[in-house]
Formats: sequence, structure tokens, C-alpha cells
Amino acid sequence: MRIKVKSRITVFILSFITYFIITQIGKFDWQELVVGIVISFITAIVAGDILIMEKRKFKFSRIFYTICYIVRLLWEIIKANFHVAYLVIHPNLPIKPGIVKIKTNLKTDAGLTMLANSITLTPGTMTVDINKEKGEMYIHWIDVKTTDVDEATEAIGGRFEKIIKEIFE
Amino acid sequence: MELFGMIITGIGTIFLLIGNLGILRLPDVYNRIQAGTKCTTLGAFLTIIGVGIIQPAWFWKCLLIALFVLVTNPISSHAIARGSHKSGVPMCDRSVVDKSKEFEEYKATKATIKIVAFKEKK
Repeated sequence: MRIKVKSRITVFILSFITYFIITQIGKFDWQELVVGIVISFITAIVAGDILIMEKRKFKFSRIFYTICYIVRLLWEIIKANFHVAYLVIHPNLPIKPGIVKIKTNLKTDAGLTMLANSITLTPGTMTVDINKEKGEMYIHWIDVKTTDVDEATEAIGGRFEKIIKEIFE
Repeated sequence: MELFGMIITGIGTIFLLIGNLGILRLPDVYNRIQAGTKCTTLGAFLTIIGVGIIQPAWFWKCLLIALFVLVTNPISSHAIARGSHKSGVPMCDRSVVDKSKEFEEYKATKATIKIVAFKEKK
């Protein structure tokens, strides 16, 4: 019960901030502010209970790891783009595509979602399917270097798994 | 400041161009999704941020839109890949390995176990 209330309050604040940034910056208007509060309230009532699912303690180290994660993710996105650009522009298309399997130790839905998104945004890899019960992910790799499960885990998921584990579990 | 924004928008446009080229050149659905997602993520991100820098009054709005693009783009690509994989789109001839058959077998055995258990219950 308390978790749901907390989740609704978080959704209310986030949607109000979004509305505020889109409408209120540069000009300030009381009418629009009131409409924003009403709409954020309706959003929080209707769809507010799915943001936070499980209870966790607040830790300051989590903020630090989140900043590390964002910096790392941006760097990997830039690398990914140059990698794909190189592959596309190269006259012989030096690709070796295939679907490989990796293992993961993450358990929560949020952690798995973030890991899958990070893998999709990093160089040459894309998540195709997840087996949540056995902790396996099936990854489409544009340039397969190894078909061994452990080596592929180290090469694809190892970059992010520790940071995501600190943030979400 | 305006020049800086224009340069960033230009770089983003180049990445969008490369993404389109990749969609034309790469062989099968999965590789095309790879080119499509990666280049359009950074391309759209840089283009929107560049517009925000040219017109400073819009900067926060543009940052918000760019963040939404960054979060939702991999999810849509994952949905397309999973859908085409489930409906049986084949991979191209140059593919090296396909481990996903193991998952199909695992699901099939699990379904059989469930059916057997259901029959025993009856």
C-alpha cells in the first residue's frame, strides 16, 4: 500500500516537471499551471502504480553509479555509431552476423530492461529475446567474435552488468 | 553560438544519412534494424540538441525530447527484432551462428511439461 502511494507521488512530480518544462519556460501563466497540476494528478491516479514495484533503501552511492552509468552509456553510443558507420561505408561490408547467447545475474524487471536497452545501444549488438527464468539473453551480434557463452557474456554484458547491479538491486 | 549549433545539427544529419545508407546496403532484417537504431539515435539526438543551441529559449524542451528519443528508440527496435524473429524471418547467408533455436526447444519442452501436468490433474 505504501509503495503504491510513493509511486503515485513520484509519477505526479515527474509528469508535472515534464509539463512545466514544455509549457512554462520563458513565459509564466497561472491558468496553464493549474491545468498542469490537474493533468499530472489524473496521470498519477490512472497509471501511477507501475513505476516503483519493489521496496529498496535509499543509498547515496546509487546516485554516483547513475552518473557513471550515463557517462559510460553516452561514450558507448558514440563508439557504436562510428562502428556502424565504418561497417556501412566499407566497400566489402565486413560483417559476420549471428545470434549468440549470454548469461546474466540480474533478477528485477527494471534491471533487465536497462541491461537490454544498454546492449541495444552499444556497438554492434541488439537484444532479440530474453529468458527470464534461466537468466539468459539472446543477442544479435553484427560482428561475431566468439560463440562461447562465457566469453560472449564478458564481451557484451560485462561492461554494464556491474553498474546496473549497483543501481537497481 | 549559432554556428556551434549548426555544426552539431550538421553532424547529426550526417549520422542520419549513414543510417539510411546502412538500411539500403546491409543484407537482412536484423542488420538493417541495427543500422537503423544506432545511427538514428545519435542522429536525432544531435539534431534536436543542435536546434536547442541555435534557439536558446527552446533548449530545455529540446533536451527533454532528446531524452525521450534516447529511452524509447532501443525498445522499439527490440520489439521489431523480436516480432520478426517470432514470425520466422530468416537470417542472411553470411550468418555464422544462431543460438536462438535452443530457446525455442526450451519453450517447447516447457509447454509439453505443462500440458502433461494439466492432463494428470484432470
